[in-house]
Amino acid sequence: MEIVHVYTRKRSEFGRPCSFSDRPAEVCVDIQPDPSLADSFLLRCPVDAHVQHGSDMSEHEVNTERVEVETRGVNHVEGGWPKDINPQELEQTIRFRKKVEKEENYVNAIVHLGTLMEHCVKQNNAIDIYEEYFGEEELAEVEDEPPSAKTINVIRYYQTNIFSDVLLSKRDPNVVKRTATHLSWHPDRCKKLAVAYSSLEFQQNMKDMSFQSYIWDLENPNKPELVLKPSSPLVSLEYNPKDSHILVGGCYNGQMAYWDTRKGGLPVEVSTVEVSHRDPVYGAIWLQSKTGTECFSASTDGQVLWWDIRKLSEPTEILVLDITRQGLLENALGAVTLEFEPTMPTKFMVGTEQGIVIACNRKAKTPPEKIASTYSSHHGPVYALARNPFYPKIFLTVGDWTARIWSEETKESSIMWTKYHLSYLTDGCWSTVRPSVFFTTKMDGTLDIWDFLFKQNNPSLSLKICDEPLSSLRLQDNGCVVGCGSKLGTVTLLEISSGLCTLQRNEKNLANAMFERETKREKILEARHREMRLKERARSEGQGTEAEEMLEESPQEALDRAQKEFFEVIEAELQRRAQAEAQHLHGKVQKHAEEAVAAQEEESKLPKYEEEAEEEDAA
Amino acid sequence: AEVEETLKRIQAHKGVIATMVINAEGIPIRTTLDNSTTVQYAGLLHQLTMKARSTVRDIDPQNDLTFLRIRSKKHEIMVAPDKEYLLIVIQNPCE
Repeated sequence: MEIVHVYTRKRSEFGRPCSFSDRPAEVCVDIQPDPSLADSFLLRCPVDAHVQHGSDMSEHEVNTERVEVETRGVNHVEGGWPKDINPQELEQTIRFRKKVEKEENYVNAIVHLGTLMEHCVKQNNAIDIYEEYFGEEELAEVEDEPPSAKTINVIRYYQTNIFSDVLLSKRDPNVVKRTATHLSWHPDRCKKLAVAYSSLEFQQNMKDMSFQSYIWDLENPNKPELVLKPSSPLVSLEYNPKDSHILVGGCYNGQMAYWDTRKGGLPVEVSTVEVSHRDPVYGAIWLQSKTGTECFSASTDGQVLWWDIRKLSEPTEILVLDITRQGLLENALGAVTLEFEPTMPTKFMVGTEQGIVIACNRKAKTPPEKIASTYSSHHGPVYALARNPFYPKIFLTVGDWTARIWSEETKESSIMWTKYHLSYLTDGCWSTVRPSVFFTTKMDGTLDIWDFLFKQNNPSLSLKICDEPLSSLRLQDNGCVVGCGSKLGTVTLLEISSGLCTLQRNEKNLANAMFERETKREKILEARHREMRLKERARSEGQGTEAEEMLEESPQEALDRAQKEFFEVIEAELQRRAQAEAQHLHGKVQKHAEEAVAAQEEESKLPKYEEEAEEEDAA
Repeated sequence: AEVEETLKRIQAHKGVIATMVINAEGIPIRTTLDNSTTVQYAGLLHQLTMKARSTVRDIDPQNDLTFLRIRSKKHEIMVAPDKEYLLIVIQNPCE
């Protein structure tokens, strides 16, 4: 429907002129102000007024002309010839050249330049001006910084008590702390650390203590990456160097278990209780084999067992650590550490509770022959045993209050040893990059780094890590980062300064020379002792009565004499120490000298005392 | 004659591979290398010497270029410039 609007107008009205007229102003509306309205308004004072002035800017775009680049080659053609000479024509060019050569200018110039040039040529031949002088010596100046180490990470686990009794309304606030007994670095990238936690106190199994051990990822030290749940706490734990997903662990109750990290926290297989060890498994190491599944373990029950992890129901081989070579379990010595060097696959060493180190040969035909040699090393258990990665014949033992370095050839005594410390040494290992550096940990919570090419009577760096005893130590393969586990379960990671973990010039030779020198010294001493002993024996056989009178001294008297001497030595040492402290004000140098002398005297006295005890025993 | 002697002496030194004399226009006057190599060296070193000289004089107008040594991995190129000529020697600095 269309809407139509129609306008109509008469035709006669079109075009009529308009007539306008004036009209006076009229008031249309008058609105008076209403003062009452003003009450609803407040006077504003002060009044904020804003003013802004900004400069006007305009936007403008500029684009440079694109430069086009092209790769071109240049063909050198002879140029510069004067116009009249055609460069192709040999005759003309030769003629031109001859003409030039005859010019006086030319001759003078050449002679002058010739001398100049000769000088430089001779210079070049004489010395090489760009040779690197003092290049090597610059490096030597860099290592002036004193050795130091800094903590890069501390891993603590906070164990919530998950075994609390439901009826008790309050939670047990005591968190049961367990010792970090063993550390093992991940073989490939060393970014993960497997730590075995257990309580090594004798028969102190608190019922709430958890059995778990953890694998920590260094990127995330707050929460363990993987929790391993064995049936009994783990005392030792090792990554398989060939397959980084497999770990083997030795338990507190003597069983062996192995884990695959891809399969979770429960062990894939556990050895049967009847054929396992009867005491905690203190050492478990992987063997170098084609299958990569063989390992062996040692424990204080005196046995060393070889296992194949594919079949943990029984060990593949058993060795009883009986040094009388009779294979009797009653005589066996309890093993506390195990040592194995992949470059010597048939030999291994065991450190025992009785302080004796046994070197064994796996490939011997009969069990008694398996025990190759013994070294009587410490007064107490040998807590750590390690071969020098550069010189496998040299090994380090750590036990009681000292750390000793042995050579395989000298069986009677160590070639080098540290002084007797004030607290027990708990663990030790060699540096993987420097043959003369090794680390030890003590019961007072300090980590010592020894560099015997630099300083021999004191560690070159001694750091107090924590107040509780340190129980285990492990160096990363690159030699820069070391992890220490403490009695309360804290693992501290330290990075040591580059001076201690970069191979110095000539260090291998110097270390080798030192080892050989000390070995020779010990051999000479041994030879002399043997001679003296032979002489004594010859004399005692010749002079029967006189010797017998001496020998008739009863054991009780000998014991009394020994005791008296022992206490005398202790008294002397205490007195000396009191004196030294009183003289502390007189300067440190003096004190150090005194202590060194006292320590040396004490050292020389104590071994002598040992010798006397030996001789009495022999008598 | 003197010229001959000088050039021969230089060539006889230990390690010297080649000797060349170039004039101000880049024309090789005397050379011990083949023509194409000489032409290449002549063209390139001439320009470089000019540039080096102008650099030295720009920095200090009283100064002038006396010698130019280019040491490369394989050998050393030595250029002795003159007003009109260039003496170029290529040597292998034996170490």
